[in-house]
Amino acid sequence: MPKDSGIGAPQKRREDVRFLTGKGRYTDDINVHGQLYVHFLRSDMAHGTINAVNTAEAENMPGVVRVFTGKDFEGVGSIPCGWLITDRFGEPMQEPPHPVLAQGKVRHVGDPIAAVVAETYAQARDAAEAIELDISELPVVVDMKAALKDGATKVHDDLKNNLCYDWGFVEENRDAVAKAMDEAAHVTTLELVNNRLVANPMEPRVAVGEYSQATDESTLYTTSQNPHVIRLLMGAFVLGIPEHKLRVVAPDVGGGFGSKIYHYAEEAFCTFAARQLKRPVKWTSSRSEAFMSDAHGRDHVTKIELALDAENNFTAIRTETYANMGAYLSTFAPSIPTWLHGTLMAGNYKTPLIYVNVKAVFTNTVPVDAYRGAGRPEATFQLERVIDKAARELGVDPVELRRQNFITEFPYATPVAVEYDTGDYNATMDRLLEMIDRDGFAARRQASEAKGKLRGLGINCYIEACGIAPSNLVGQLGARAGLYESATVRVNATGGITVMTGSHSHGQGHETSFAQVVADMIGIDENMVEISHGDTANTPMGMGTYGSRSLAVGGSAMVRATEKIIAKAKKIAAHLMEASEGDIELKDGAFTVAGTDKSVAWGDVTLAAYVPHNYPLEEIEPGLEETAFYDPSNFTYPAGAYACEVEVDPETGHVTVESFAAADDFGNIVNPMIVEGQVHGGLAQGIGQALLENCSYDEDGQLISASYMDYAMPRADDLPMFAVDHSVHTPCTHNPLGVKGCGEAGAIGSPPAVVNAVVDALQSAGKNVTHINMPLTPSRVWAAMQGA
Amino acid sequence: MTRVSMKVNGKDVAGEVEGRTLLVDFLREDLRLTGTHVGCDTSQCGACVVHIDGQPVKACTIFAMEVEGADITTIEGMANEDGTLGVIQQAFQDHHGLQCGFCTPGMVMAGAALLKENPKPTEKEVRQYLEGNICRCTGYHNIVKAIMAASGQQVDPPAMAAE
Repeated sequence: MPKDSGIGAPQKRREDVRFLTGKGRYTDDINVHGQLYVHFLRSDMAHGTINAVNTAEAENMPGVVRVFTGKDFEGVGSIPCGWLITDRFGEPMQEPPHPVLAQGKVRHVGDPIAAVVAETYAQARDAAEAIELDISELPVVVDMKAALKDGATKVHDDLKNNLCYDWGFVEENRDAVAKAMDEAAHVTTLELVNNRLVANPMEPRVAVGEYSQATDESTLYTTSQNPHVIRLLMGAFVLGIPEHKLRVVAPDVGGGFGSKIYHYAEEAFCTFAARQLKRPVKWTSSRSEAFMSDAHGRDHVTKIELALDAENNFTAIRTETYANMGAYLSTFAPSIPTWLHGTLMAGNYKTPLIYVNVKAVFTNTVPVDAYRGAGRPEATFQLERVIDKAARELGVDPVELRRQNFITEFPYATPVAVEYDTGDYNATMDRLLEMIDRDGFAARRQASEAKGKLRGLGINCYIEACGIAPSNLVGQLGARAGLYESATVRVNATGGITVMTGSHSHGQGHETSFAQVVADMIGIDENMVEISHGDTANTPMGMGTYGSRSLAVGGSAMVRATEKIIAKAKKIAAHLMEASEGDIELKDGAFTVAGTDKSVAWGDVTLAAYVPHNYPLEEIEPGLEETAFYDPSNFTYPAGAYACEVEVDPETGHVTVESFAAADDFGNIVNPMIVEGQVHGGLAQGIGQALLENCSYDEDGQLISASYMDYAMPRADDLPMFAVDHSVHTPCTHNPLGVKGCGEAGAIGSPPAVVNAVVDALQSAGKNVTHINMPLTPSRVWAAMQGA
Repeated sequence: MTRVSMKVNGKDVAGEVEGRTLLVDFLREDLRLTGTHVGCDTSQCGACVVHIDGQPVKACTIFAMEVEGADITTIEGMANEDGTLGVIQQAFQDHHGLQCGFCTPGMVMAGAALLKENPKPTEKEVRQYLEGNICRCTGYHNIVKAIMAASGQQVDPPAMAAE
């Protein structure tokens, strides 16, 4: 039976009421008195030298207050990168500057050249058209391998070449892996592309900068997943505003999926311009701008080799990946193909030797950074595709090949630096097989064939790593930030609680699920707990929400702070009941003395804390408010098994997803309804990557998928109802809630299931197709069938 | 500038607009009814769906001047008179049919329009009707469930077994 309150209960979300009645407060809903509007003139050219930007006519247009260009930002800081990668020769990565407005050159379509600030949006847009640009077109690098050739045009003239870094992991294993490849009974090789995607949260980015002359304080309202990180990066590195004079507010945020982690030029611009002009400045991205200015995701080109011995045990994995960085380094870009990708190459399997090589490349494209899963989908896709190919080459059952190589004993130290604390990969596979009626597949295939369709079944596993940590380790790995989370639990005199969390909710429902945790710990009604987030003025320094970390890291901080509250409240209760502190028990919102019928209510204790008339003032301070910072000792490792059944129309190559099942192990679960919703959304994004979505550049660097007319977002009739299950749960051993994180699993685990299924369908028709690059559009599938 | 007047959520309203002012901008900026959202600039995402004289219309596809005298309902006008959630709004909450909430106003308005013209749609009909509304959070699973529930129907649980 599901619980009806507290941890484990499928509570309906309290935030829904405002969203369903049009009362949400998103950044674009905020208008500040006297605000101006900015429109950015962006490069329509992928690469060029800026000879002149003539703004004279634009400045005289109606309503125009000022036109800014790159010159106005000379002496202003560069947009910083938050992670330094050291290459396999021990050298630091090449790290180019990233000006707020282009200086000297434009480097991708969408690079902002000038910014027109006017009384209305329409006036700003009109005036931007009057700016005269003199830009000399330069040769363009789009393809990564071409960008690394000798003599290729350099995206950044001051760098040696277009190679950001050449990373090896674990470098010491390079020779041993090569030897294992040579000695293997069988090696399966697969070359594949992990297609470039655009995160596309439905709310485009918005920034409103405001400056108070009275207090010399700046405020930025922005669509961010981590307002404190923006405050630190923008304040300390770009604009030189101390954090105590800078407030960043991320109110209701309409989805992020990673793309709203980063500090963007437009945020710095609005804050800067508001200080210059002494008036608020607002920018609202159009969707077209979003496509050419939001950081993109994925874009890896990989060769993977899997070595097996004569008994089909995995003996070694070797990969070589080209990872696109785009034209500038976005905030966490360098860490994605390295520490969030290489460390996951063991997957769910005990492979003793692994070597991952990553070449990160600058090209004349939009910067690439984390998108839902970030590095882990790329690792999972390679591994689960190559295992499927190996099973086919060896003539063995792909499920059995996986099972044979599963890690079964925990903790397990992989050869790629991480230690899995818990998991049960056979249990999630068993659960999946129960869900999908694999035995009935032959009959379903026959039924499809009777309709002239091909049917395929794809099964795979995944593992992910959530809640990147600990800070001291990632600091050694190049992170320029801490990776803790914070919470302040403020108990009010009348017993209600306000929790101020450094995590941020932009669809995850923290206002509901976080309240469930605190209410459960104290034994009070959830409606007595309010969750506050997103405003640096009233929340402790936090790192925000990404990487499925909020409950595992932010929730843990909240638990720690609540434990401090309970400990202090017990002292107060002991005083009120004239009992020993050690005898006080808290249950269902009341303090009792063990072995007696003495009791005081939660509200009596909280009132005593703030009206300390009968209170041990000599021992403890009045008040009941505690803060905790939690720095995890390890990642968490959710894992699972996924299955996809597809039908392929051999006449057209059109693929339909007939069913999709996901068996996940997320450890303990606070709100199963929210968890299932997270999986559904992840699955849709993963299936979208596999079948529909592709961010596409032509050879001139023109972005040719810059609208919803050209970039195929998954729509309701592209997807089936999903079968999701989270009944297998091996709790995380190192955080107090035993939770693992569920936000990215669906997007990580689903693309290989879809591709495995399509290959299975084509093979059933005797087509020797071993791989098709995503997205598996009808034309690609049809072409693969004709060539086979 | 041109003066326009219309009825929005039962109230008579008026304002001065440019010829190029879209209805969605008039609703959001002039009337400050910010529940109606803008998620794209190509009339693809459906976050701005409102009802004009009972018909669902993307408010980014029509100029404010064109709806002179019309009767418009936005998400702010969908709750019951006592302020409680309407049937379809309640179904969205009950079935977790929203996450970030940004596409939600359009989904609710589209769903309401569907049920008006087809009170007992099939799951497939719901999915096809939502072709013009993009959600990035939910994978549509719970949106479909919510609209079906609002029509008094359940969605069959997904099964891998033969159809």
